[in-house]
Amino acid sequence: MSGENRIGDTILEVKNISLSFGGVKALTDISFDIKEGEVRAIIGPNGAGKSSMLNVINGFYHPQQGEVWFRGKKRVAMKPYQVARQGVARTFQNIALFKGMSTLDNLMTGRITHMKTNLFWQSIWAGPAAKEELEHRERVEHIIDFLGIQAIRKTPVGRLPYGMQKRVELGRALAAEPKLLLLDEPMAGMNQEEKEDMSRFILDVNDEFGTTITLIEHDIGVVMDLSDRIVVLDYGCKLADGTPDVVRNDQDVINAYLGVSHD
Amino acid sequence: MFYRESGDFKTSYAEDQQSFPIKFDRYAIWILLGFAFFVVPFFINDYWEKSVLVPFLVWSMAALGLNILTGYCGQVSLGTGGFMAVGAYSCYKLMIAFPGMNIFIVVIIAGLITALVGIAFGLPSLRIKGFYLAVATLASQFFLIWMFNKIPWFYNYSASGMITAPERTMFGIAISGPSAPSWATYLFCLTLVTIFAFIARNLTRGRIGRAWKAIHDMDIAAEIIGIPPLQAKLSAFAISSFYIGMAGAMLFGVYLGSAEPGEAFGINVSFLVLFMVIVGGLGSILGSFLGAAFLILIPVLMKNIMVGGFGWPADLAAHLELVFIGGLIMFFLVVEPHGLAQLWRITKEKLRLWPFPH
Ligand SMILES: Nc1ncnc2c1ncn2[C@@H]1O[C@H](COP(=O)(O)OP(=O)(O)OP(=O)(O)O)[C@@H](O)[C@H]1O
Ligand SMILES: [Mg+2]
Repeated sequence: MSGENRIGDTILEVKNISLSFGGVKALTDISFDIKEGEVRAIIGPNGAGKSSMLNVINGFYHPQQGEVWFRGKKRVAMKPYQVARQGVARTFQNIALFKGMSTLDNLMTGRITHMKTNLFWQSIWAGPAAKEELEHRERVEHIIDFLGIQAIRKTPVGRLPYGMQKRVELGRALAAEPKLLLLDEPMAGMNQEEKEDMSRFILDVNDEFGTTITLIEHDIGVVMDLSDRIVVLDYGCKLADGTPDVVRNDQDVINAYLGVSHD
Repeated sequence: MFYRESGDFKTSYAEDQQSFPIKFDRYAIWILLGFAFFVVPFFINDYWEKSVLVPFLVWSMAALGLNILTGYCGQVSLGTGGFMAVGAYSCYKLMIAFPGMNIFIVVIIAGLITALVGIAFGLPSLRIKGFYLAVATLASQFFLIWMFNKIPWFYNYSASGMITAPERTMFGIAISGPSAPSWATYLFCLTLVTIFAFIARNLTRGRIGRAWKAIHDMDIAAEIIGIPPLQAKLSAFAISSFYIGMAGAMLFGVYLGSAEPGEAFGINVSFLVLFMVIVGGLGSILGSFLGAAFLILIPVLMKNIMVGGFGWPADLAAHLELVFIGGLIMFFLVVEPHGLAQLWRITKEKLRLWPFPH
């Protein structure tokens, strides 16, 4: 990580978020902030509410209580596609690629929020439409090179192995050139080598593009290495929040992870 | 290695993004179009026009339309017959109201009117999916046919309840009506279908097409990367209905000449077009043509062989034809859901390597 000056002002802040499904309380009074340029992790045991938190941030779940502030503005009720258009992209715990489409088309679809030529030009594939396709193709090819997935450019993603699909999904999120990138367990189910590759991509994205990243990950070693600050959730409540060192030595966190009962 | 792409290197993304990136395909298309436009019109006769070429073109247009909605955007529709009826009745009313209007313009406006109707009937697609949407579109099919039967304004209060296309022209040549020459109706349909097939190809490989495919593959992920689902689905309904409306206008105005809604545009039409799309290939422009060719030409061919060749009774032949088509549809649903277009693709892949096995 290259010095502290890469971290800027608060880009996103959640305040007193509570979310429940019927009787199940998924999140209870959660508040934390994410600063521009940082790698922020959310960790916690299974069912702690980590994915629900990301779903709140990208507008897929609407919390019963609390506020989301993005880039200095309080968010009014918004659809997920509107949040995406503000510059929030994500990947999913269970890969959610467009299986019938090629790697290239998946990434091109990721750029959809930046494309705007009208129906007329598109229907004749000329003028601004052809130009736009080319421009975006070049950007997408950058990402393809960055992720080293040139060889699978034209392969339908449904045919790719799991680890590759995770990589393509990261590519699709990167194609949107997000201001805030949410990664839900980007390394789940990967072997050691694949995890190392993915960690390197995450750090490079953060470093080279200055993208703010929020990630959920179960591998504590990886989390401690990658992140600037960590939020710990347990049963929908915030248990701890701070730098890896602070979190590592927090008694509540140790108890939650080792299953020690409070006495 | 007659058919190949090796040695056909792309040096720019623009070349890679051509409609037909493989040189051989490009030549094949140009030769086919050249033949269709400049050779066929000189040899076409009434039989080829009425039994083979014009119906093939009209149904290809309908199949293109349904393929945009169902194949690309994943929204199943059983309302195709009803939307074709909207196109046909719009065409009829326009022909009567504006006798001097160029028939090309008439067909386009009929398509636009159908697009508006398609948007209205597409609204439920935001809430309901799959089987339930199919049932909702089926309801629109019955509603539209009922409406065209019940409201005399649509058929200009004619005693029979039928609509009949008057003679309308383009560049002074009759395209509709009983005296339209074979080559003229054929060229008219060919021109329309060619133009709109290219447009469909362009739309489906660009931004809008990717939005449709994304909604088809995984609508939640599509929304989360920034695609408004309502806009994507309604644009598919609109453009699909536009094509289907033009097909209805051509079917009535240029091919049949007169129509009665229940018969010409009934539920069997909805299924016929759906079968074309399934047999031809969901999500494939080429597949729309292959499917239309298959379902229009197989019956003609079978009839010629069984009745003309073997001298079997016509009703037996008609029944065997249904059994055969039914069997084929089952075959494609079970064995090759991507249809003829996929079989063609596989053949091409084999040809690419031929004569080497690997
Ligand atoms: N759509 C939903 N409907 C009902 N309950 C839900 C829904 N989404 C999440 N929950 C519940 O909310 C709680 C938190 O789930 P969440 O998926 O956020 O956990 P998580 O921390 O991501 O867990 P994991 O590590 O297993 O991915 C769980 O009890 C879950 O059952
Ligand atoms: Mg989760």
